[in-house]
Amino acid sequence: MEYFIQQLINGISLGAIYGLIAIGYTMVYGIIGMINFAHGEIYMIGAFVSLIGFLFMGVLGISYIPLALFLVLLMAMLFTAIYGWAIERIAYRPLRGSVKLAPLISAIGMSIVLQNYVQLTQGARVKPLQPIIQGGFELSGANADFHVRLSYLQIVIVLLTIALMSIFTYVITRTPLGRAQRATEQDMTMASLLGINVDRIISTTFVMGAALAAVAGLMVTLYYGVIDFYIGFIAGMKAFTAAVLGGIGSLPGAMLGGLLIGLIEAFWSGYFSIGYKDVAAFSILVLVLIFRPTGLLGKPEVEKV
Amino acid sequence: MATTSSAPLPPKRNDGPAWMPSLLKDAFAAGVLAALLALPMLGFRLVDSAQGLSLDYRFSWVGIAFAAVFAGRLAISLARNAWDGRRRPMRERGTEESHGLRLRKLAGWLMVAAALLLPWTPIADRNLIDKATLLLIYVMLGWGLNVVVGLAGLLDLGYVAFYAVGAYSYALLSQNFGLSFWLCLPLAGAFAATFGMLLGFPVLRLRGDYLAIVTLGFGEIVRVVLLNWQVVTGGPNGLSGIQRPSFFGLPFLAAVPGKTTFHEFFGLPFSPDHRILFLYYLILILALATNLFTLRIRRLPIGRAWEALREDETACRSLGINPTKTKLSAFATGAMFAGFAGSFFATRQGFISPESFTFLESAIILAIVVLGGLGSQIGIVLSAFLLVGLPEWFRELQQYRMLAFGGAMVLIMLWRPRGLLSSREPTVRLGKTPKAPEPMPAGEGATP
Repeated sequence: MEYFIQQLINGISLGAIYGLIAIGYTMVYGIIGMINFAHGEIYMIGAFVSLIGFLFMGVLGISYIPLALFLVLLMAMLFTAIYGWAIERIAYRPLRGSVKLAPLISAIGMSIVLQNYVQLTQGARVKPLQPIIQGGFELSGANADFHVRLSYLQIVIVLLTIALMSIFTYVITRTPLGRAQRATEQDMTMASLLGINVDRIISTTFVMGAALAAVAGLMVTLYYGVIDFYIGFIAGMKAFTAAVLGGIGSLPGAMLGGLLIGLIEAFWSGYFSIGYKDVAAFSILVLVLIFRPTGLLGKPEVEKV
Repeated sequence: MATTSSAPLPPKRNDGPAWMPSLLKDAFAAGVLAALLALPMLGFRLVDSAQGLSLDYRFSWVGIAFAAVFAGRLAISLARNAWDGRRRPMRERGTEESHGLRLRKLAGWLMVAAALLLPWTPIADRNLIDKATLLLIYVMLGWGLNVVVGLAGLLDLGYVAFYAVGAYSYALLSQNFGLSFWLCLPLAGAFAATFGMLLGFPVLRLRGDYLAIVTLGFGEIVRVVLLNWQVVTGGPNGLSGIQRPSFFGLPFLAAVPGKTTFHEFFGLPFSPDHRILFLYYLILILALATNLFTLRIRRLPIGRAWEALREDETACRSLGINPTKTKLSAFATGAMFAGFAGSFFATRQGFISPESFTFLESAIILAIVVLGGLGSQIGIVLSAFLLVGLPEWFRELQQYRMLAFGGAMVLIMLWRPRGLLSSREPTVRLGKTPKAPEPMPAGEGATP
């Protein structure tokens, strides 16, 4: 039982991270219908900016941890958002309205570029970071040998994710910006006829997705303590799987999918084998898609002729 | 930021040099953006040391990035302004196209001739033939994937999985059962096709991008299984000592006790180049067979059904084409060619490991198909040459190779979104080629 709860806690923390990345995929897919392959690299850049940020805080002499954390969070979101904006502007906007595969190839190219750019500028070695948020609760149950550990960091991750999700849901459902985004998602031409600056809305979507990915990058840097230039690919793929699992285009779906993927991975590596954990996540995806081709919370797509 | 330069295309040339300040402003914005992008990654550098990580600063690089992008953007804008003034009128489309098609056919035959004669030209050496062989593997993979992506319009991001299945099935069959290459080749193709069917069966009901992610996941699953199933696949160490090819039973060796070797049989002096040459012609024949197959099958009902499915699935369904079966056959056919290429790869390398079958390979093959122009056979040769052939010559710049590769993918897409040679025209049409969407002739499955 204790072991189960431990895996549950680990799975939820991991799932929160996947969910944050998945939102970027699902929003971009919803609005322009393309897989933003470079999104995983955006998350990787977020992780690197956070790592640099933490070291920079050390140089500046800011040692009060909540303040440092907050500043690094802002910094990571800002710089990563600039990357998200620039990628859309350079590689995707000129291809809007072109052949469907063109932006996808451009995105794959962009992702290769970013990966190698970071490898060249920061080196290929794995970058370690000393744990910054330490400690946690020890919950002991009937079994005295095994204590369930709930670290402060895991609490921070889950709380931060919930907070961001609430802000985000508010923005999408209640503000003029969110309304414009939903309108653009439904019908780009009509939205532009009604005076919505579609280009700007799409840019904003990329910026928002990138900012959330940066938070995920920050969390991963803190959670695992090691990052390298290659983390974006696997995480991006898992997050996209999460988005598809939840129903692509749906925000709660992305979060749900992220949680599910995180839980599946945690339980699979806890109870079966760690080597095959990626296989587990994808097999679940295939199973879900067979029975619900639009994902768990997705709306069925009506194709007009 | 987003507001100031969300419309950075410089204004078109008007009367005076009034556009100069706006160009400068635009270039400045681009430069500032570059500096902001460069600041975290170029401006700071993480340094590993015994005490852990520390930071190093190189802010001059940020300045360089600013200057380079400012100058580059300004130059491009100026060139574009000058160019806009004298744009050529559009040529008549129809004549150009038929002319282009004839030219392409001629180019195709010339390429085949060049490929056949390449080893006998004075520039040919071992190294060049080796590189040409590698290039031809990618051409063949591109042609194989073209059946799936170009003809049937199914986005497959895990094509390399079938390539891996082919390679491992040859390696395992020849190591465990001692089967020869010629026996393994069809078997490897059949295995890969079976895998394609197995994967395709549940997922081909999905549309477009769902299919893409499932195939991507499948590619990863195959790789993970190859990595972890140590007993059979050798795990990360891979399989080595794979049987090298023989010329219909005549091995390419200096001497084998109790067996006639290739050079003895033909009374030639022994040379290791024989094997290289043989491999080159083997892959050339395999690739050309793939090409011939594709060209011919486009004229068969099944090939036409693939193209029709790509154009409009709903219309196909209403005309009585079973989309799942049709897609499945395209998927299995593409997988089969990957299986052939895979077993050739295994016999050429003599060693295979999961390293050779990463997502990057799938991405490269897909990029070759899309950059070549979906459905265009010659375009695939051109883009394979651009993406695989050219970088091979720059192996010395190893570090920057992949950066340039990714950059080239983006730039070519921006420059020609439809690919280098686009030929999305269906192979057959009823009646005359319509210039614009005009009323369809009666009897055709008209879509209002």
